[in-house]
Amino acid sequence: MSSAVIDKSKNYINHEKGLWSWLTTLDHKRIGILYMITVMAFFLIGGIFAMLIRTELFTAGKTIVDAAQYNQLMTFHGAIMVFMVIIPGIPAFLGNFFLPLQLGAKDVAFPRVNLMSWYCLIVGAAISFFSLFYHGADTGWTFYTPYSIKTDNGTILLVLGAFVMGFSSILTGLNFIATTHRLRAPGMGFFEMPLFVWGLYSTAIIQVIATPVLAITLLLLAAEKTMGIGFFDPALGGDPVLFQHFFWFYSHPAVYIMILPAMGIISELITTYSRKVIFGYKAIAFSSVGIAAVSFFVWGHHMFVSGQSEVAGVIFSFLTMLVGVPTAIKTFNWVATMYKGSIQFQSPMLYAMGFLFLFTIGGVTGVMLATMAADVHFHDTYFVVAHFHYVMVGGTLMAIMGGIYHWFPKMFGKMYSELGAQLSFAFIFVGFNVTFFPQFILGAQGMPRRYFDYLPAFEPLNQISSVGSWTIGVGFLIGLWVIIHGLLRGEKAPDNPWGAKTLEWQTTSPPPHENFYDQPKVTGGPYEYR
Amino acid sequence: MNTVNRTAGEYAHHFENADHEFETSKFGIWLFLCTEVLMFGGLFVAYFLFSNLYPETFVEGAKYLDWKYGAINTAVLLLSSFTMVLGIYYAQNNNTKKCVTSLSITLVCGFIFMFIKYLEYAHKIEMGLLPGEMFSFAEAQSSNLGLYFSVYYMMTGLHGSHVLVGMGLIFWCILRARKGEFNSKYYTPIECVGLFWHLVDLIWIYLFPLLYLID
Amino acid sequence: MSAHNIVPFHVYRNVLLALLALTVLTVLVAKPVSGFDAGIFNFVIAMAIASVKAGLVLAFFMQLKYDNKLFLVIIVSTVFFLALLFGICTIDILTRPALTSTL
Repeated sequence: MSSAVIDKSKNYINHEKGLWSWLTTLDHKRIGILYMITVMAFFLIGGIFAMLIRTELFTAGKTIVDAAQYNQLMTFHGAIMVFMVIIPGIPAFLGNFFLPLQLGAKDVAFPRVNLMSWYCLIVGAAISFFSLFYHGADTGWTFYTPYSIKTDNGTILLVLGAFVMGFSSILTGLNFIATTHRLRAPGMGFFEMPLFVWGLYSTAIIQVIATPVLAITLLLLAAEKTMGIGFFDPALGGDPVLFQHFFWFYSHPAVYIMILPAMGIISELITTYSRKVIFGYKAIAFSSVGIAAVSFFVWGHHMFVSGQSEVAGVIFSFLTMLVGVPTAIKTFNWVATMYKGSIQFQSPMLYAMGFLFLFTIGGVTGVMLATMAADVHFHDTYFVVAHFHYVMVGGTLMAIMGGIYHWFPKMFGKMYSELGAQLSFAFIFVGFNVTFFPQFILGAQGMPRRYFDYLPAFEPLNQISSVGSWTIGVGFLIGLWVIIHGLLRGEKAPDNPWGAKTLEWQTTSPPPHENFYDQPKVTGGPYEYR
Repeated sequence: MNTVNRTAGEYAHHFENADHEFETSKFGIWLFLCTEVLMFGGLFVAYFLFSNLYPETFVEGAKYLDWKYGAINTAVLLLSSFTMVLGIYYAQNNNTKKCVTSLSITLVCGFIFMFIKYLEYAHKIEMGLLPGEMFSFAEAQSSNLGLYFSVYYMMTGLHGSHVLVGMGLIFWCILRARKGEFNSKYYTPIECVGLFWHLVDLIWIYLFPLLYLID
Repeated sequence: MSAHNIVPFHVYRNVLLALLALTVLTVLVAKPVSGFDAGIFNFVIAMAIASVKAGLVLAFFMQLKYDNKLFLVIIVSTVFFLALLFGICTIDILTRPALTSTL
């Protein structure tokens, strides 16, 4: 099968040429790159919407857009960032690229399904954006009934778009579970897998189990809007709260679709740049699966004030606190890994440490919100907005950025500007805290979320927050420059610039079409630093 | 370059051998079936909740369904599942001709099922037994009988669309079987389509008593 | 154990006959058809028969009896999570104050 002479100048990038070869590729690495480009484009759009929202909120009353436009911005910012950026962000982009490499496999289990999943994302996103030409949608990304039934029909397109993008997520998850079970390199048992793989595996379980419920929910909502079937309409005997049950049965676990792979990246980064074997490998691995399992038991904490019964509320309040346990196990293990390690302050490590700081704040405020009595006060205020941005942006996005810099040399065979990456981190980290910390205070003072306007008393803190958001914008623009500059002008990267131990660093940078020249064999754990 | 000569027992480059690929494909299909069950599951949950809240509505609604149609359709689908496994059985025994025949009978059963479904739908639409807001049947006793028919149409509609997809896939299998592409070493597509078809049957096994036979 | 299991023809035939017999049974014990009434157990009986049928289809037609037990784990966990969704929604609806039900 293999030719006698191995040509090491050939890699997955120059293996075939032309746009068509990219659009029809079955190579998981190329599909990962396709996802990278799409996710970054969507992130840019969603980010611009976020800037517009913050600019509008710079002063009380109308600043740049009117109330109806604001509702659209808010809806699309949420829908884009959730369905098109964070959910596909780590699994479908970095996961696609590195899951088979870390397992020592040649590809994912179902390459065609993998490509189909990318097209599902593209088609779904196209349908969603198309709704902008039909008066858009103004329900928020949660599509709560009964408002979503009554509002303009452009919402149907956004709902159907999310439905199609759900299939993208399902297919990716299905592929990853099958790949993890069936395509590990010889000698790699489940406990020799890198922790990023554990994170992706747990994520995939959630994607496969939770997303179909979102599909049926959105389908029912579309039927409700077109035919008035009455499942969620009290006038016909339906139950609007049932919509929230169904929606959050998906969307709460979806939060862990966003954070679990991020935690996987952080495990990789911390052990690599501390030059130390990870502390508590099995504890981190099992806590990933534990979070995935517990995530299905807690959805009702989104519904403490929606007319859910008090009994259900108390049960959910208790169960939600359980999530704190596996999450804290991870955090302590990461800190213990850094203890007495030889820490290198490379930019990926800066992002990992930023993650630890911000995610801990996000997590602790999460426990505050899980307390039902406190949540009645905090619910639907900026406290919640600040909480989930600390988790989603401070957590997931930090991990994505750290992961991109960590694996950039492997993906493209080039080095990036370390100075630029550190500068970008400084802007993002400072800007992030300036943006969202004031929102905790605003929320505790009672400023409701999702509103176009606010009381004049909230203006100073809102202005600080808006300035912070522009700082984040600058930080990401620098990050974009770092990536583009690295791609065009970067020095040639060695095969293993960080001295990391996982399998993907044993092949060339960038990897060849079939990932490895010789089938790797695994003889020990993934992090044998010392 | 990705085409592989299956009849010679070959396999895609990232697998160790043909059995490895076969088992992995089945694994993938089972995971997919899991998503299908959960998707239908949402409707089943809605069914149980609404039927607990409004038992009279559901009993009344079931009266307007003819259990004979439901029973015939159950038998038709069970028979089709049987011929589906025969399709695999004959492929495993390298009997292409009987494999094609079995799959064709399965496809015909699918058509019979959809035809009976059409008769039922046409009759109800004529009577005004429509979902939710469109409900226009004058003699209804329960004030929200439309909700029962919403449940009925959503469940049978989603199920029916799966039958249609399954029929398309079986047709594709027949075309490939006629070309002699399947044999004891390679019959993964029939196996996977078969699993999907059995799941569709499985869901109907529950839908029949739930919708047609309530008291 | 090979991945390719050939089950004898008569097993499939017997399973089909059992499934058809159970279909007849489920019709016969249905109150609207035969007038047979076991009170609140009507529903339990109907669901039990359906589950036996489902079990037969899963075990033989879908080969769960012979195949990788991982597939059994998949289907069991699926049913578990479905039961979870149903269970908690039921707890919520049953413990809500009565004033929310209007019909």
